Parts: sequence; C-alpha cells; structure tokens
Amino acid sequence: MSKIPLQFRHNGRDVAIFVDGGTNLLVALREMIGDMTPKFGCGQGGCGTCSVLIDGELHLSCLTLAETVGGRSIETLDGMKQGPHLHPLQRAFADHFAAQCGYCTPGMLMAAKALLDRNPSPSRDEVVEAISGNICRCTGYEPIINAILAAAGGRVSA
Amino acid sequence: MAVTVKTFASVSEAAGALSSDRSARYLGGGTLVMRALNEGDVAIATVIRAQDQALTRIDASGPRVTLGAGVTFARVLAERDLAFLHAPARSIGGPAVRNMGTVGGNLFAPSPYGDFTVALLALDATVAVAGGFGSRDIPIEEFLQARDRQAGTLVLSVSCTRPASSDAFRYRKIARIKPKGGSVITLAAHLPISGGRIAGARIALGSMAPTQIRARAAERALEGRSLDAATIAAAASAAAEGTSPSDNALGSAWYRREIVGVHLRRLLSGQE
Repeated sequence: MSKIPLQFRHNGRDVAIFVDGGTNLLVALREMIGDMTPKFGCGQGGCGTCSVLIDGELHLSCLTLAETVGGRSIETLDGMKQGPHLHPLQRAFADHFAAQCGYCTPGMLMAAKALLDRNPSPSRDEVVEAISGNICRCTGYEPIINAILAAAGGRVSA
Repeated sequence: MAVTVKTFASVSEAAGALSSDRSARYLGGGTLVMRALNEGDVAIATVIRAQDQALTRIDASGPRVTLGAGVTFARVLAERDLAFLHAPARSIGGPAVRNMGTVGGNLFAPSPYGDFTVALLALDATVAVAGGFGSRDIPIEEFLQARDRQAGTLVLSVSCTRPASSDAFRYRKIARIKPKGGSVITLAAHLPISGGRIAGARIALGSMAPTQIRARAAERALEGRSLDAATIAAAASAAAEGTSPSDNALGSAWYRREIVGVHLRRLLSGQE
C-alpha cells in the first residue's frame, strides 16, 4: 500500500512526512517526527494524554486521522517552553507539585493552554471543566487545578 | 493494518463510495472510527471522508433548526440560537471530544454514549441521509431502530423544531463522575403545553436499551394531562416499561430499571 505525503506546521516549523493510510496523528508525531511529548494512553478518547492543539483548538491526536491535518498548525508540549525558559504553566506545574508520575502532564498542559489562550483569567469551575477530558491517577487533580489558576493569575515564580 | 482513505469533495460522491463498499466507514470527528482503528478493527478497510461545506452548516435562525452532520458539539455550544441544545452538548466528553465529536456521529454512538441523540429523539428530529439512490428524510426513531444496517448510509444533517419555551424541553444525564463521565441513564423530555395540558409528550432515554428509545408508557401517562404531582408520579412509575438496559461498569441493568423512574420524576418536577 502506498504512503501518503503529508505536510503541516509542527510547533511553528514546517514538516513533511509520509504516512500509511489510517495512521493517527499521535503515531505520526511520535514515530515520524520524533516528538515524544504527546503520550499514548487509552487510544479511545478517554484519557486525554495525547492532547494537542490543532489550529489552536484542543484535539485528541490518537483519534485524529493524520492526513486530515495537512496544511494545519499543530502545537504540542514540545513547543511550549520558550528557549531555555519554561512556559508559565510548566513553571506553575512544577511549583504546585501538579505532576507526580507525569504521564498525564503533557495533555494537562495542552488542555490548560487551550483554556488560557481563550480565557486568560478563568474561574475554578472553568479550569475543572477545561481538564475534564484529562485523567490523572496520581494527584487527585487539586494541585493541577491550583497550578493552572496560579499560572492564570501570574502567581508563578520566575 | 493500513486502511485506504478516500476523500471526496461532495457528499453525493462520498455516499456513493460508502454504499458500494461494505468494509467502508464514514469518518466524522474520529471519536468512533479512529477508536475502532486503534483497537485493530479489521472490518474497516476503507475510510471515507467528504469535505462538503454542507456538512458543517448550521441553520438556527427560524423555528426549524438544521444541523449539518459534521457540526461539532463545540460549535453547538458556541451558537446562542441553539441554547436548548447546550445542556446535551455540554454533557458530552471533555473539551477535546467536543471539538471533534459531531452531531451525525453521535447517532451511531453505542450505549453508554450517544447522549445528544437522546435529546434529538425527544425532539422528534428528522435525519437526512444520502444512500446509493439519492437523499431522503427518516424520522430519528426509525433511523435508530435500523441503526445496525445504517453503516452504508451517509447522514447529511439532522433537523428538529425549536421547543416553544425553555421549560418545554428538559435534559439530564446521570453520570457517576462529574463533570465528565459515561451515562448511567440519559433522559430528555419534550412537553409541549396546549391549553394547560401536555400535547405531544416525548420522553427519550439513553443507556436503557441497545439504542436510545422512547418511554412510550411514560408518554401515555403524561399525554393530555397537566404536569401535576399525580401525573408525574404516574409517568415515573411507567418509566421502566419497555426498556431493556444491560449491565456495564457504570451500573447494572437492575439498578438502571430501579432508578429511571426516580430521575424521570426529578426531571419532570424540575428538581435539581
């Protein structure tokens, strides 16, 4: 079966790859581009750890057919830090112990970024709603919610 | 196993390709078809897509509302004129699923999913489908009863009449996890009032049978009456009649039968 050529923007950089028919975006990002930040969790849309932004909108990369993102802009956690500096959300996650095993963290950060990009000062309920598609089995969510609120309020150490 | 992806510019070409290939599935938002592919479903050899703008159109200006099959729940929520559908749209998934999942795909979502379809069933929606022989409109109840045989039909849009008031249409999803979780039971009620009495009661239930169903006995208990305590009690006690729920991790069939009347009573009496 022939490969399908695919071009899109990955964290601000143009990339061109070949994918098999039916390949999902998560596999394309991890195995063909080498961006290991989005994780494989459930493959069913239940856990959220594969979350990425497509044209600024939160999507599950494991349920996205790779060839549907041609010409679009994909943001992953790999593109979040600015040079040597962590993104305020990443800093807040570290300061508030919002990552324990860390497997949900890439998805949590992308879901949080999707929220703050649209709503820079969300309420606690809005934060809970924004990460409601992301499962964490370690933290009990409270440190994650507090970290996102702290990042939104600018209460993050430099 | 690699699958063949075929992308078409128009729905008619996509419908033709879909109806002529038994191993083809139409890809909407991906939350059902990509999930099946990730699980290694070998029954799917071809994935069909259509980039027709008609599929993402929303017509919500008049009394009759039409949603293209490719309209996502996030878009429903962004549309002020669709306020009556915001509760069912919001009850689905987290933000990523609502950015992806579509109104048309939800018609195919197996129990315990398909909450939006419960709302559409209570609203007596019409499903426009394109098959090998052109397009036609099917009442949603008929569509759902034959859902197993609908894999070769392409849904174009769903339409329904806007409820007369916010009180006339009610929706509730019972889930164990808040704010997001699979449905234990999903309920929707459309209660048009004419001269103080209910005329054309529709009660739809999700997770109470293999597909979304109407609670006809409860509807009969409401029809032609005013929505008072005695009527509500009669409808609640008839709620489980004709249902065939199954056991799953969210609840047993027995539990669902026991509590469906409780939740219908709360829905009808406006309790939180």
